[in-house]
Amino acid sequence: MADNFAISVKGVSKNFQLPHEKVDSLKSVFINPFRYRKGIEVQHALKDISFDVKKGEFLGIVGRNGSGKSTLLKIIAGIYRPSIGSVAINGRLVPFIELGVGFNPDLTGRENVFLNGALMGFSLKEIRGKYSDIVEFAELERFMDQKLKNYSSGMQVRLAFSVATVLAESDILLIDEVLAVGDADFQKKCFEYFKSLKKNNKTVIFVSHDMNAVREYCDRAILINESKIIATGTPGKVSREYDKLFIQESPQQPSDPRKERRGTGEITYTHVDVERREILTDDTNFVLRTKTKVLQDVEDAIFGFSIKNSADVLILGNNTKLEGRKFENLKKGEIIEIDWIIPSILGDGEYFANVAVESSIAVFYDWWGEATKFSVRRNTPMGLAAHPKMGLTIKRGDKS
Amino acid sequence: MEVTKRLKNKYTYSLILLRQLVITEFKLRYKGSALGYVWSLLRPLALFAVLYVVFVQFLKFGADIPFFAVSLLLGIILWSYFVEVTSNGLSSIVGRGDLMRKLAFPRYVIVVAGSFSALINLAINLLVVGFFIVLNGVDLTWNVLWLIPLITQLFILGLSLALLLSALYVKFRDISYIWELVLQAGFYATPIIYPITMVTAASLAAAKLMLLSPVAQIIQDARAAVIAVDTPTVASLWDDPWIRLIPIAIVAILAVVSILYFKKKSPGFAEDI
Repeated sequence: MADNFAISVKGVSKNFQLPHEKVDSLKSVFINPFRYRKGIEVQHALKDISFDVKKGEFLGIVGRNGSGKSTLLKIIAGIYRPSIGSVAINGRLVPFIELGVGFNPDLTGRENVFLNGALMGFSLKEIRGKYSDIVEFAELERFMDQKLKNYSSGMQVRLAFSVATVLAESDILLIDEVLAVGDADFQKKCFEYFKSLKKNNKTVIFVSHDMNAVREYCDRAILINESKIIATGTPGKVSREYDKLFIQESPQQPSDPRKERRGTGEITYTHVDVERREILTDDTNFVLRTKTKVLQDVEDAIFGFSIKNSADVLILGNNTKLEGRKFENLKKGEIIEIDWIIPSILGDGEYFANVAVESSIAVFYDWWGEATKFSVRRNTPMGLAAHPKMGLTIKRGDKS
Repeated sequence: MEVTKRLKNKYTYSLILLRQLVITEFKLRYKGSALGYVWSLLRPLALFAVLYVVFVQFLKFGADIPFFAVSLLLGIILWSYFVEVTSNGLSSIVGRGDLMRKLAFPRYVIVVAGSFSALINLAINLLVVGFFIVLNGVDLTWNVLWLIPLITQLFILGLSLALLLSALYVKFRDISYIWELVLQAGFYATPIIYPITMVTAASLAAAKLMLLSPVAQIIQDARAAVIAVDTPTVASLWDDPWIRLIPIAIVAILAVVSILYFKKKSPGFAEDI
């Protein structure tokens, strides 16, 4: 490996063996040795991944959930071993896969700093040398001799973050996107920290599914999809490829049995779709199209929907009753199409639409969770669930 | 050059971590309990009190043996250490699964740290035994120094089993129940609460076989070294010097097997837990 390389990943593949029935006891091995062998399913988490990272480079690894990017990070960090291939590291590597690993609530803040530091491989001397910096950065001077369990969660995060950032003056940093969660202040601190890393020419591997952050900080990016590298190059180029993934995605028709669907069945949804749902870039409205069929005569019906984000938080919703539209004496065979026109206020991310049709006495004819899925890419600020069009007025000037 | 540097880094990391984990475990051990470290002493002493009353006072075990009470206490303390090391060791890897999945530190450090914590506890307990020994007027000789190699042997035995069991426990959760049974049987199959002379009286062959177990050998040797020179040991019951080496050989073989097995399995712990 040439000296100007920090990390060299060569032909790495990773297979996980997933027993169908987890063999946790000797009994199952003895009683059913054949099924034990048969029951293993091999999951290919990574296939033939190769890339080099130069010293001082800020590399982004992007991919959707389940693409294998976190597995790759764990292999580089040495937590998982590759099934095939090898990873060479040139320098001292500190993984930030999670903050505050090994923090113990029964130890004081001070003791936790030393424990956490030791877990990251820093000696007592190194930690002592930087202890006051850590405490100062975390703004926790008065609390260091209190037990961690008496800290607020915000204080814990601050402590963990400052241990990690102050100590980790190492050559290579692996940063998982989990770092970029938390309240606004904390995110700001994270991003300031990222900027300082970039300024100081650290070698950083940053794993994320947030293209905005990658575009902002990374020199180069790698896109992983379905266990393979499918694009590598400038963040701009990779980001275009990343967007394409959402367009190419085959129309996921509502056949997933895991998604909840229940109801008495007098009226049933036959089609639910979001217009151009692959990728919504529209800044005004989008349309949720629904089609239902009446299978048995009913007296009345209320049609509704709700939209939730990938974190299962309901963002918005509506129904025909709220809108003052009545459906009464529906006859068998009738087909009702309702298009919901929804203002485009959603922030970037992936969303699901739930739809329902119920009677006025709250009997569900059909309740369909996650009936359809869609993505929003409007380049909204990261982490915001909603970003409606807003106006603002500004006044400036002297006191006069 | 590169290789030696990496090797050095690897061991510095292990040492840093080992030290910190032992300190942490020591600090956390009796956190929140009013008596704190006194429990380290009270636990074996309470067990001793019960066994002493039942077996020595009522059942008259070891009436013909000088200083049997102290001998009983020493046996209990060594056995408690063995139990602590192996049963804590067994669950140590699985118990720290959170760390395994997030950091790539050398896995054995966790198990070794547990063994050292138990060793500290043993040292504290031995001080108590020392106090009772002096109180009972036992004549101490330089033979006491034999305790050092004996405890080293016990430490290696306990650590080896802890490594083996902890690695097995990742895959087979039944091990914890099996080991509990083994320890329970082992407590009665080892001359702890009864003097070995009771066994020799019934069957010399059984006593001879019993002493081939490393734990029994260590406990008897320790009693011979500290309390009474005439305590039957593996050396006094077996004439063949090769056979006398069997308990030591068992420990050595176990150590090699355990280290190899742990080494083979440890890279997969993060995935398997």
